[in-house]
Amino acid sequence: MTTTAGTEIAGTEIAGTEAAGAEAAETESQFDGILAEANRRWEALTAGDAPWVRVGTGLAGEAAGGFETLAAARAALDAQGVKANVSEVGTLGLCFAEPLLDVQTPGGPRVFYQNVTPEMAERIVAEHVGGGNPVAEYALGYLGEREAGPEGIAHLDDHPMRALETRIALRNAGHIDPSDIYQYIANGGYAALNKALTAMTQDDTLNEVRSSGLRGRGGAAFPAGVKWGFLAGNPDPDKYILCNCEEGDPGAFNDRGILESDPATVVEGITIAGYACRANRGYIFIRHGHNQPIDRTRAVIAQAYELGLLGENILGSGFSFDVEVALTGDSYVSGEETALMEAIEGKRSMPRFRPPFPAQVGVFGQPSNINNVKTLAYVPEIIARGGQWFADIGTPADRDNGINGSSGTAILCLSGAITYPGLVEVPLGMTLRQVLFDMAGGAPNGKRMKLLQTGGPLGGVLSASDENLDLVLDFDVFRMAGAILGSGGIIVADEDTCAVDLTRNLIAFCQYESCGKCFPCRMGMSHLLEILERISRLEGTEEDLTLMRSVGENMQAGSLCGHGQLGFNPVSSALRYFGDEFEAHIREKRHTGDCPEQVFSPRLTRR
Amino acid sequence: MDNATKKLITDAVGNQPQSTVTVLSSLLAVEDAIGYIPKEAVEAVAQRMAATVNDVWAVATFYPNFRFDPPTEHRIEVCWGPSCHVMGATGVIAAAQDALQLSDEGDTPDGKATLRYNTCLGACSHAPVMAIDHHLAGPVTPDSARARIAASLSAGGRH
Ligand SMILES: Cc1cc2nc3c(=O)[nH]c(=O)nc-3n(C[C@H](O)[C@H](O)[C@H](O)COP(=O)(O)O)c2cc1C
Ligand code: SF4
Ligand code: FES
Ligand code: FES
Repeated sequence: MTTTAGTEIAGTEIAGTEAAGAEAAETESQFDGILAEANRRWEALTAGDAPWVRVGTGLAGEAAGGFETLAAARAALDAQGVKANVSEVGTLGLCFAEPLLDVQTPGGPRVFYQNVTPEMAERIVAEHVGGGNPVAEYALGYLGEREAGPEGIAHLDDHPMRALETRIALRNAGHIDPSDIYQYIANGGYAALNKALTAMTQDDTLNEVRSSGLRGRGGAAFPAGVKWGFLAGNPDPDKYILCNCEEGDPGAFNDRGILESDPATVVEGITIAGYACRANRGYIFIRHGHNQPIDRTRAVIAQAYELGLLGENILGSGFSFDVEVALTGDSYVSGEETALMEAIEGKRSMPRFRPPFPAQVGVFGQPSNINNVKTLAYVPEIIARGGQWFADIGTPADRDNGINGSSGTAILCLSGAITYPGLVEVPLGMTLRQVLFDMAGGAPNGKRMKLLQTGGPLGGVLSASDENLDLVLDFDVFRMAGAILGSGGIIVADEDTCAVDLTRNLIAFCQYESCGKCFPCRMGMSHLLEILERISRLEGTEEDLTLMRSVGENMQAGSLCGHGQLGFNPVSSALRYFGDEFEAHIREKRHTGDCPEQVFSPRLTRR
Repeated sequence: MDNATKKLITDAVGNQPQSTVTVLSSLLAVEDAIGYIPKEAVEAVAQRMAATVNDVWAVATFYPNFRFDPPTEHRIEVCWGPSCHVMGATGVIAAAQDALQLSDEGDTPDGKATLRYNTCLGACSHAPVMAIDHHLAGPVTPDSARARIAASLSAGGRH
């Protein structure tokens, strides 16, 4: 497994697992044997006799040149004859610092280097990995005991992007080799499944999730425990749990971030969901072409089968559950729950009519429950620590004012005009200002932050006004402000961005991705795009605003799924906050930002 | 169609590792293997799945990632999603079009490269993002995009 995991254990040969596992099984539970082996491997990596080098090769790491840095580090180790273990890791969240490479010397602190070019990697290998002397000028920070920190390097947790974080779903991201299930287990993984299977009934497990108040992170924020209850109550013996990693929202990369960094937490989460709902099969649904999340998820699924953590009679409990990865083609709407079922069945991903609801008739006609990646990623920690622990994090309910309470954390993807773009996990209840300014450093280059696009294109835009920056991260607070916290993407635009132009870009996306099943959506999107292009070219008229509103009303009333129903949000929210910019384009024939000369909106019609 | 390609198609459709095999999974497997969906593949998928050729075409034409003629040597993708848009994707797209002498998506006349727009390449924290032969890069500028395209074209064959 050490080779498939992409971790090369240099120097020390690690003995086979089978022998160790079989011996242990006599006296201990099946899980204890696996855990002992996992711990032994982790010891060897972190406190053995060779340093451990980890390089970020998630999607953002790749974009920044992580694979080139990885290759350079490997070549330098070879050339200099230095022994070390090398692993690829997913995202640490500090994407602005990619390529990130970190070095942990046996028993020593772990030093993170930022924006590591191949040349820098060579020097780090020579001086730190080989020579034991950290290269302070390249360092971003270190992790480890504060008293024992290397000279001239700050503690990584003092970085503003980390100082205010509470990590639950991202607890292992950037730390473990995502393709090695033993590393997950050594860090507490599968203790929750073991606990559920050995010490909890299926109803206990379901009740724990109910009491956590966990709300779905895929957009609608529906309570997960309630939804699980619908499936649990269906007596059919053949039931499915579907995990949604379509993640077509531009600006959102947390689902793929979790799967490329710690897929085992999702595999464990979906297995626990299967147990609680008395389901027997699961699919993890991912858009094709994103290799890191796909390959790494498949790797840990295969290992989970080998270790008896999936398949027949899991950990000897009598519970059986199968999981596989299903891929879709390019289609945003295939993230909609019923369209996703069509895609798993291999069809055109067009939403179905409801009722029947998925808990009655889902994929392949069988009862199904669907959850987002993040929702399922929280489940192991909820079971391990108890529902109340999770419920205590976040915002309380205030039902008189329409606030149902949002427990746990928000996993936010920060991109656009922001000093520290990346991925953070913060307790719900924090304000947008804390996230965007205290953590992420505001807009760079002294520019004024103007606009936020949250929750995917359908979430529309918010102005970065003082009032909006004081909004607390809470699903209902956001909804009342006319925005969607949803999946957690936050795209920041500064004063150079024209609100009309960005609205046109969002509607171009909505037009491109309309599945074409209902004509108010298919035609409406095209119509809105034409009008917005006209306004962008300074050829719009007063009537265009009325026309857009009427098209929007028809879309909302006559569309089958959220895409058409919410598809007018980008326009209505932009008119609400930036109506003056539309006026400027229409009345004064004046641009209100760096509008590109050439208006660019690809078009696609699916029907 | 040559026999080698035919065999690649048969293998791709026949040897899918996962247990749920569908029309879509088969088409994706063919695309991975040969980069496009020829009519022979549509027939092979229809046969394997006991579906009609019509059904298979319906699925293949729905997802814009499928193409139906052989791919060129290089695939240049530029993201136009909103993160990339606010960070200057329009300029990158213009530069890519210019470098490839194209006025829109599509294949260059010499058949060496294909320009594709993408709604989100998944590395939004590094906007604006492009991908050359499925390898992500970002943040790019119009100039660095031009340079990357030139480098990939001069490097020859497909990666
Ligand atoms: C057009 C459209 C696209 C969607 N895309 C996604 C997606 O990519 N990922 C996701 O988890 N949910 C997506 N959803 C929401 C799902 O339909 C569903 O509500 C969600 O996966 C349920 O998971 P949750 O209860 O854990 O939130 C989408 C909904 C619509 C209408
Ligand atoms: S609302 Fe739009 S995306 Fe949704 S089913 Fe109708 S046409 Fe398709
Ligand atoms: S991808 Fe590595 S920190 Fe985000
Ligand atoms: S919006 Fe461009 S990579 Fe996501």
